[in-house]
Amino acid sequence: MTLIDNLARLEAAASGRARPRATVRHRHLSERPLVLVPLVTAGEAGAPLGALIGTERTSPRLLTVAQPRDRDLRFAFLSQLAEVLLPYVESFADDVEAAERTETDPETGKRVKVETELCADAPQLIVPSRAGVEFVRLLGRSMRFRRTAEQDPDAPYPAPPRVPLLGRWLTHYGERSRVPGSALLLAMTDLLSRHWATGQSSLEEQHLGALLAWIEAPEGTSGEAAALRAELARDADGQLLCPPAGPATDPAFDNDLLAPAIERHDRARSALAAAADGVEADALLASLAAAEREIDALVASRTRPTWDAVWRGLDALCTLPEAPHAVDRWRGDRWSFTGHRDRVAAGEPPQPRVDDAVTAANKLATREREQARLEAQEALDDPLVMAGRRLAGEAFAGVVTDVVMTYSEGRSPRPRPLVTVRTADRPHLDPGVKVYRSLEGKAQSAQFVTYDVEDEGEGEDGRDGGDGGDGGDGRDGAAGRGAGDGGGSLVVLRVLDKMGRGKEPDAGSVPEAGDRLCWTLFEHEQRGGPKLPDPEDTPWTHGGPPQSATTPSGAPAPGESPDPVTAEDVL
Amino acid sequence: MTTPAPPPPSSAPPSFDPGAEAGRATDAILHDTLHGTHRGVVVDSPPGAGKSTLVVRAARELAAAGRPLMVVAQTNAQVDDLVLRLAEKDPELPVGRLHSSDADPYDKALDALPNVRKSAKAADLAGLDVVVSTAAKWGHVKDVEPWGHAIVDEAYQMRSDALLAVAGLFERALFVGDPGQLDPFAIAEADQWAGLAYDPSASAVTTLLAHNPTLPQHRLPVSWRLPASAAPLVSDAFYPYTPFRSGTGHEDRSLRFAVPSDGSGPDRVIDEAAVSGWGLLELPARHTPRTDPEAVRAVAHVVRRLLDRGGAATSERSPEPAPLTADRIAVGTAHRDQAAAVRGALAALGVVDVTVDTANRLQGREYDVTVVLHPLSGRPDATAFHLETGRLCVLASRHRHACIVVCRAGVESLLDDHPSMDPVRLGVTVKFPDGWEANHAVFARLREHRVPLVAP
Repeated sequence: MTLIDNLARLEAAASGRARPRATVRHRHLSERPLVLVPLVTAGEAGAPLGALIGTERTSPRLLTVAQPRDRDLRFAFLSQLAEVLLPYVESFADDVEAAERTETDPETGKRVKVETELCADAPQLIVPSRAGVEFVRLLGRSMRFRRTAEQDPDAPYPAPPRVPLLGRWLTHYGERSRVPGSALLLAMTDLLSRHWATGQSSLEEQHLGALLAWIEAPEGTSGEAAALRAELARDADGQLLCPPAGPATDPAFDNDLLAPAIERHDRARSALAAAADGVEADALLASLAAAEREIDALVASRTRPTWDAVWRGLDALCTLPEAPHAVDRWRGDRWSFTGHRDRVAAGEPPQPRVDDAVTAANKLATREREQARLEAQEALDDPLVMAGRRLAGEAFAGVVTDVVMTYSEGRSPRPRPLVTVRTADRPHLDPGVKVYRSLEGKAQSAQFVTYDVEDEGEGEDGRDGGDGGDGGDGRDGAAGRGAGDGGGSLVVLRVLDKMGRGKEPDAGSVPEAGDRLCWTLFEHEQRGGPKLPDPEDTPWTHGGPPQSATTPSGAPAPGESPDPVTAEDVL
Repeated sequence: MTTPAPPPPSSAPPSFDPGAEAGRATDAILHDTLHGTHRGVVVDSPPGAGKSTLVVRAARELAAAGRPLMVVAQTNAQVDDLVLRLAEKDPELPVGRLHSSDADPYDKALDALPNVRKSAKAADLAGLDVVVSTAAKWGHVKDVEPWGHAIVDEAYQMRSDALLAVAGLFERALFVGDPGQLDPFAIAEADQWAGLAYDPSASAVTTLLAHNPTLPQHRLPVSWRLPASAAPLVSDAFYPYTPFRSGTGHEDRSLRFAVPSDGSGPDRVIDEAAVSGWGLLELPARHTPRTDPEAVRAVAHVVRRLLDRGGAATSERSPEPAPLTADRIAVGTAHRDQAAAVRGALAALGVVDVTVDTANRLQGREYDVTVVLHPLSGRPDATAFHLETGRLCVLASRHRHACIVVCRAGVESLLDDHPSMDPVRLGVTVKFPDGWEANHAVFARLREHRVPLVAP
């Protein structure tokens, strides 16, 4: 939490209304997102109770499991979920554009460009809260290793045809959502709290109704009071006026409404099973249908407010223009979608239960790179975010007061202009530290030389390569900064690159006196990390190659065998 | 293997000869490294136990035995420092310094060494006895003949995934590091791999030992840096199952000041620390911003007085007392904005050349006197960051003579209000001691050397 976020929170708490944390929308939103509002049953991990799902705001599809403990009904639910979700996912698979990808040529070992295709758009899944993302992941895990009757005729409890495939897609979406800045699977509460600050704690912001109440509060009203009402207010029967976004339900709803309804359903079912003849069965079938409708209505009544809230959240987000770099990151999401589409089409097995050492390390490297990239891009896209970085001493803005042309030494001197910037910010600058500014979308780097006052900032070289820190260590030049010049300090920088090939810099590539510039201490683009070995070359320090990678053909082994049944499994 | 042993008595018995003990440990390590059958050897080294000396000696012996050696360190500063030490011990040894292709990639002092070759390409350094670089740079080295031997320095600060990137470059390795210092960390979500033997965010040694539990593990038993007043506390608080001792006795080191105390809080705490090795300058309890101006001023004032009072440090290094100069003093903080604030306050008092840095950056460094702004001072809460064992351990183990801690009152009750509650994960080895326990242990000792700072 940065200083400027704290300020926004304090202001929100004082005024009772949300304050903006961003001036642009930092996540891509699809024109046709699929919204999923799931509910689970208390008491059993990952037992779905129902869901509202769809791409049309006015006509979601309601899916319910009348008896959540019944595995057949659960499979029927998952099958219906697949009926809605998979056609949506697959509708994006065929619309492709030509693209290039660099691959390592297996023969020469060189990096070569390969013509390939990239899906023009990707399916986007939106759930109400972070718990919903977890639930998507859980559903994926519970489904992707299931075997259908077609895959395994001897399976005692075969899954409906498309369920394992749905599990693979949900797993892919759940995994992708761990990549910072990705937008394939988004939680509405995360989206909203990225763009607005409220006077609540981050835990409280997981309540979609309360969060929206802060954001939607009209001028002159208290979002805080509305949020309190959204969280706590109950009707005469003791039911919450605004049901929680789920997937967990309110215990009062479970006890007072849901449990009796499920019990009526169970009774109707057992009566039907015991029916003596067809006439009696017809009547009982009607009462079972009535019991099912009752549960449908209950589930709809608890998911519909959340459904509407998700769409209102999308409305609020769409009032912000999309950030320029969000499109770049969405391209990464499209690559991710295309890649998984190809793996499914190639008949590859489902994602393994646990990652091997190399995959885990690669994933972490990707996430760290994307995290740094996201932080840089959000700041470059958004002056409000940049203001936070400036307050933290990680960037500074100012007006160029002087430019002196100098040249590097050596046989072919290169331009190395000295640029003096007057800034009121207090960046953590050491001599030799590199700073960057955006020049036509590319980062131009410069080196901090000195503060243009009598004494110089004392410090050491800042070249530590692999140095970690508590959120980034650095030194501050405050000690060496000339005190007493109320208008800020004069920072002298030596521009290092992006000035063309000649002795004279290209036009427009060197700042001019009077230019207002923003320099960052963080890099704008991330370098790739070291290339890790292939899984079959996992070194001895990491346990050697994983079992599945050592099959002679090089193909991964099929899914692991299930855990053996132990005495504890049967109570 | 390290087995739990009873904590050592507070002062070494007369039969304990630190030089001989350390020598025996070093010999065993070198024997396992040069003649052992295992692919790896792990050496745990407490603060100031001669880790760098060991690395230099092992490197020279491996080179002398005709075994091509690569050395992996974690930062460029560590690499340059190692190369300088190698050249100092053995100017004839052909050493390669593999560096990045950035501008100004290595310490200019290396240019003066005739037998040190520097290059950004590993192929240019082929055939040299010893090649040294950072883990990050080694990770990019491809298509070379693997080295027979490697030394991995600061292995506990190296992440498992960094080791994965370089482990293909060597056949066998000596891993050296301090398990008590700061653990490596990830800036992105890595929880899903917690408990896996190869969790990429864990330390390299954790992964190595999880997969190779039979590797010989040694430890250096003697801290040459920490004085007799500090070694027992640091050993008990941070290394409860792998105790170590100081190489010097109480009588070997002393710190005296020419100018007598003026009776102020800073002067009294300086005197307390000069006598006992520890001092706690306690400010009135208060919740403050991170850069607590009063505490920062107090830190700066203590440093100013340390310099003004003409300190002289006597130690086993020289018979004559050495003056306590600015370069022998360091200030340690938890956050870099605190370090910046202290630097500002010191500049205002006219103090230059005193190192002020965060715990992360003070790792591996050594001073005569350290002044520490306690990580929990003035905080309303105790987060995992501020409780981290390694952070306190680094701050409390940089000194040869005395450590002065500046802190707001009330840290003990703050600790009691915030018991550590990290989730317990299946398969993750619980680290002892936890930061909460270690903080309490250190504070229990510091309390005995408390000097209140009364407002002037």
